[in-house]
Amino acid sequence: MDRVASYKEDLRLVRKWPEKLLAGILFLALCLLPQFGSDYAIYIVTLISTYAIGVLGQNLLIGFSGQVSFGQAGFLGIGAFTLAHLTRAGVVFPLALLAAGAMAALFGLLVGFPALRLKGPYLAVATLGFGIAVYQVLANWDTLSGGRMGLAIPPLAWNGLSKRLLMYYLNVGLAVLFTLATYNLVSSYVGRAFIAIRDSDIAAEVMGINLTRYKLLAFAVSSFYTGVQGGLLAQLLGHLEPQMFTLAETITLIVGVVVGGLARVEGSLFGAAFVILVPQVFASSRELVPVVYGAAILLVIIFEPHGFAGRWMKFRLYFSHWPFR
Amino acid sequence: MEWLLQYLLAGLSAGSTYALVALGLVLVYQSSRVLNFAHGDVAAFATFIAYTALSARLPFGVAFGLAVMFSAALATTFYLGILIPAQRRDATHLGQVIMTLGLGLILQGGAAFFWGTEPQPFRSPLSDTRIVKIGPVAMTELGLGTLGTALCCSLLLYGFVQRTRVGRAMRATSENLIAAQTLGIPTRQLVALSWAVGAALGAVAGAFLAPALFLDPYFMIDPFLKGFAAAILGGLNSLPGAIVGGLILGIAESLSGAYIAIQFKNTLAFVIIILVLLVRPEGLLGHEFKERV
Repeated sequence: MDRVASYKEDLRLVRKWPEKLLAGILFLALCLLPQFGSDYAIYIVTLISTYAIGVLGQNLLIGFSGQVSFGQAGFLGIGAFTLAHLTRAGVVFPLALLAAGAMAALFGLLVGFPALRLKGPYLAVATLGFGIAVYQVLANWDTLSGGRMGLAIPPLAWNGLSKRLLMYYLNVGLAVLFTLATYNLVSSYVGRAFIAIRDSDIAAEVMGINLTRYKLLAFAVSSFYTGVQGGLLAQLLGHLEPQMFTLAETITLIVGVVVGGLARVEGSLFGAAFVILVPQVFASSRELVPVVYGAAILLVIIFEPHGFAGRWMKFRLYFSHWPFR
Repeated sequence: MEWLLQYLLAGLSAGSTYALVALGLVLVYQSSRVLNFAHGDVAAFATFIAYTALSARLPFGVAFGLAVMFSAALATTFYLGILIPAQRRDATHLGQVIMTLGLGLILQGGAAFFWGTEPQPFRSPLSDTRIVKIGPVAMTELGLGTLGTALCCSLLLYGFVQRTRVGRAMRATSENLIAAQTLGIPTRQLVALSWAVGAALGAVAGAFLAPALFLDPYFMIDPFLKGFAAAILGGLNSLPGAIVGGLILGIAESLSGAYIAIQFKNTLAFVIIILVLLVRPEGLLGHEFKERV
């Protein structure tokens, strides 16, 4: 890691000129993609941005606070269906998206309450139960989920921008916003409290961290992220069915977090890219996607516990004093 | 009254499969403190091995034995070949649990790759349509067979863990690893053995569930989740708890499906578990390992 002299310096995201250059290139590429990229590339980047938000949320929970959740698909579904019903009722999109996040966060608080007493596998089963309950309610309550036909979401229109470009700017913009917010969150008191709880909740409590407040906050924030992801995903796909929110979706998010790097913010972006690109690469043999996911998890945990982010950090460290070392 | 008895019996039969799955999970958790998320997928893969053996016109007993041996070998290989190296490299506890999830994904994808995702019928000497009458209530042959097998397996396991020398060493290992090592118990081999036995129990459950559920790579997900829930309900480190949890879950499901709403059968089971956990965070019969700072 880089040496930092003060908290102010710690908050700076890009510190050296190669990083500035890289960030600049990335920013330029994202701006230029709509002009020069193919429709397919634009769609993939949009999807990666959407998933980045969800993986960031899951990373805040698993990676930073150490709480396991197998119910993320439930929050995703709640966010998606909240947005769908609100936009169908004529609520403007930004408000509906906020409501999608807020609704998911509310349910996150609800799920967080068992988390106060449960740990590890016991928490996993409680959250798993929540995920299954949401799926079953959606699958069996036709007025909520639109029944077998599914629920169509009115397309977004703004300033004559084409739907594809609008979704691109919206998703990428929000992903950047959430990434910056996450960087700030994890270097604030709240983020440090999350990390302390992960490392030892008893010790954290002794140091004066209010366990109830911060565990609930971790669940609420994480499910807010996932709810927003659900809303964006719903708007992007334009069509919702309960079958989209099963355990497989939860596992995808977990794979993204682990492969990208537990407790690494930039790792979540790599992880989101991984879980979107692998199914695209293996489009002709879909059965192999879980095999690749599983093998990636095993390899990452054995050889590179910090995932792609850890590899990236080593790469940067190697070149930080290049060619002198 | 007869209906109630009928539902209770159906619940017991379903619950016994959950208990079988839960026993395997608890055995592994007790010995290595790792929750095995690949349990269901190992069982499903083993059942596919049995299916292939049956397609090659081998008798059911041989196919069944092959499946059980395969899953035991697979779990042992995973523990010794993947989990131990990860532990040597200081993998966190959460990391180890996620590794089992990775194994599960690999097996699920592998089964889909080799055998396809179309549901296939699984022949079994016990039919799930022929009915046996016991007094006022009726039961399918398969249900009765499942109940009997689960009972036999739990009794055998009880005898093994409580009465034999190896079983006693296993309990010592799970109670206090370092003390067991000091006493000269080969703990690593014992933990590997409990992975093998746990996976074998899963394969037994798979072979008895496949005829009723049809065979596809995902057919064990639901029973695995139920078994997991049952293990949690009974307490994750209590073998009797796994059986009690499985039977309670099966009966609760059957009764709630009959008297409340059939669509919300699964949800109600989980609601019950969450409520129990809120009152007893360590399950009904469990006592979690104490933690020190």
